[in-house]
Amino acid sequence: MTQKVPQQERVFKTIGLSAVTLLMAILPELSWAGDVIGETQKQPTNWTAIGMFVVFVGVTLFITKWAASRTRSAADFYTAGGGITGFQNGLAIGGDYMSAASFLGISALVMSSGFDGLIYAIGFQVGWPLITFLLAERLRNLGRFTFADVVAYRLQQVPIRIFAASGTLVVVLFYLIAQMVGAGQLIKLLFGLDYIYAVIIVGALMMTYVLFGGMTATTWVQIIKACMLLGGATFMAFMVMFHYGFSPEKLFSAAVEVKKNSSIMGPGGFVKDPVSAVSLGMALMFGTAGLPHILMRFFTVPDAKEARKSVLWATTWIGYFYVLTFIIGFGAIVFVSANPQFLDEKGALLGGTNMAAVHLANAVGGNAFLGFMSAVAFATILAVVAGLTLSGASAVSHDLYSSAIKKGKATSEDELRVSKITTLFLGIIAIFLGIMAEKVNVAFMVGLAFAIAASANFPALFLSILWKGCTTKGAFIGGFIGLVSALVMTVLSDGVWVKVLHNADNSAPFPYASPAIFSIPLAFLCIWIISLLDRSGQAKKEREAFEDQKVRSETGLGAAKATSH
Amino acid sequence: MASELTQRIQRNPQYQDLTKKRDTLGWSLTILVLIAYYGFILVIAFDKSLFATPIAPGMAVTWGIPAGFGVILLTVVLTAIYVRIANREYDRAIKEILAKEVQSRKQ
Repeated sequence: MTQKVPQQERVFKTIGLSAVTLLMAILPELSWAGDVIGETQKQPTNWTAIGMFVVFVGVTLFITKWAASRTRSAADFYTAGGGITGFQNGLAIGGDYMSAASFLGISALVMSSGFDGLIYAIGFQVGWPLITFLLAERLRNLGRFTFADVVAYRLQQVPIRIFAASGTLVVVLFYLIAQMVGAGQLIKLLFGLDYIYAVIIVGALMMTYVLFGGMTATTWVQIIKACMLLGGATFMAFMVMFHYGFSPEKLFSAAVEVKKNSSIMGPGGFVKDPVSAVSLGMALMFGTAGLPHILMRFFTVPDAKEARKSVLWATTWIGYFYVLTFIIGFGAIVFVSANPQFLDEKGALLGGTNMAAVHLANAVGGNAFLGFMSAVAFATILAVVAGLTLSGASAVSHDLYSSAIKKGKATSEDELRVSKITTLFLGIIAIFLGIMAEKVNVAFMVGLAFAIAASANFPALFLSILWKGCTTKGAFIGGFIGLVSALVMTVLSDGVWVKVLHNADNSAPFPYASPAIFSIPLAFLCIWIISLLDRSGQAKKEREAFEDQKVRSETGLGAAKATSH
Repeated sequence: MASELTQRIQRNPQYQDLTKKRDTLGWSLTILVLIAYYGFILVIAFDKSLFATPIAPGMAVTWGIPAGFGVILLTVVLTAIYVRIANREYDRAIKEILAKEVQSRKQ
């Protein structure tokens, strides 16, 4: 104990901006703050955390080396040779989905507003059953590397690939920038590294994993990280529940007592108006089913059966994770929010609101466990950005280069080379944009990524698989309308119009928190009408090809095998 | 035109039965999830006090807690039901259909 206190002081000593200013910077955008790290203060160097992180990097680089020896073809690069089991893939999907920002952000949201954090978490959970019931096996049966394979199965290659690659790249870039900024802020906070170095380290490691190890390395990094995150969060939730004799009632009443307010046990200010509430829910639910880096994971398993198992495991782990996050948030109310050790002189949390779970790690497990959870947070960001980069690289090399430009005649070597060059480019762009965006309020970006995935990728994918009448023209124009409308409405909403572009308060032309309630139906409607009006010979052929596609999507007849060399 | 094999499979009564069953199950479960989630959201949007009510007088746990955890649990349980049925029944049916139709083409 004698040694612990000064070290903690060193770890949490705040410098720079006061935490109150930070709170002000983070709180206004509460609706999306749950998945994004706001601006943080640099902390003194934390050697325990750095030591644990170095071990993680060492292990993952070793795996990358092993993976590199197995990544010879484009198929290996995109799908790890298709030999991942359902259980492994479920963990990897969970890993892709459980970002550091959602772990720290949602537990912080629970700590500050209680029940509201649960509302947000549930939004992230409910897309998964839909993927299972309607998409997973059909996706596996029709595609090889990217979700564009599925949309373009009976439609024209060039326009569909251009559309799908655009949808992928836009989603990936916004998601990536949000993660990079989060990484820089978080690492500055947890490790005491400068923002710029933190972003460069994340970018460089992510490029190394993807460049050399492709999907094999990315998947295993994801699996290890998911196990570490689930293990660490389980320990924290266990310690909290243990303290209260595993009685939720005791934990909740202790929290109410600390907060001196029972309103944390019910819905608060998270839901502003009914339209925003439903719209946000739609963006999260259908966006999950349109995230390219998630959809891509269904091609890493050998068949439809394993694809189904993947989603079941992913759904289970992610649901479990959100339950843990909720307990951790309440644990933070009791053990952190009233503990002077974790507060500054003004009573605000040291290092900013997003530190709730990190301080709780210290409170329940001491300094070594704090170091472990910090390393887990870093590893989490790293794994998520690697998955995103791989997905972006595939969109360029497989969809644009190989399918649209080379009309499917590119050799596997050429395709692999283009993916690697793209990975380098994306890595550099991500580092550059991450540095540029340091002071930008990126809270809107994850929401935007989900809204676009829900309004462009999802409608095109859904209708091309399930509706015979869907034509190239419909999917292309309707899909782009979904993409652009989601983007424009987001720019015109409070999160960008006021928070980023600094227009006057309450002047945002689009009054709701998310565009999804308008942009998703708009995309569906446009695809439907344009397809109906499409009387070209091409459209006729596409409709006729539907029956073959349907039989294959239902039975897996002729579906791509595990390794397609 | 659809290929001869596609037409043959589509005429197979076992296939027709399978797709009908699977569509019914998939869509019913989807609708259940939609009702549960948007029901949850609409309660919050229109009557916050309902979820803020303690499950028993004097308790800290409100109705919102079982409702929220219930939605999470429901997603996992429904997914498990679908995957179990699909992996046991549908896959076997598909194997039989393909064995019959693909083989008879070769003869």
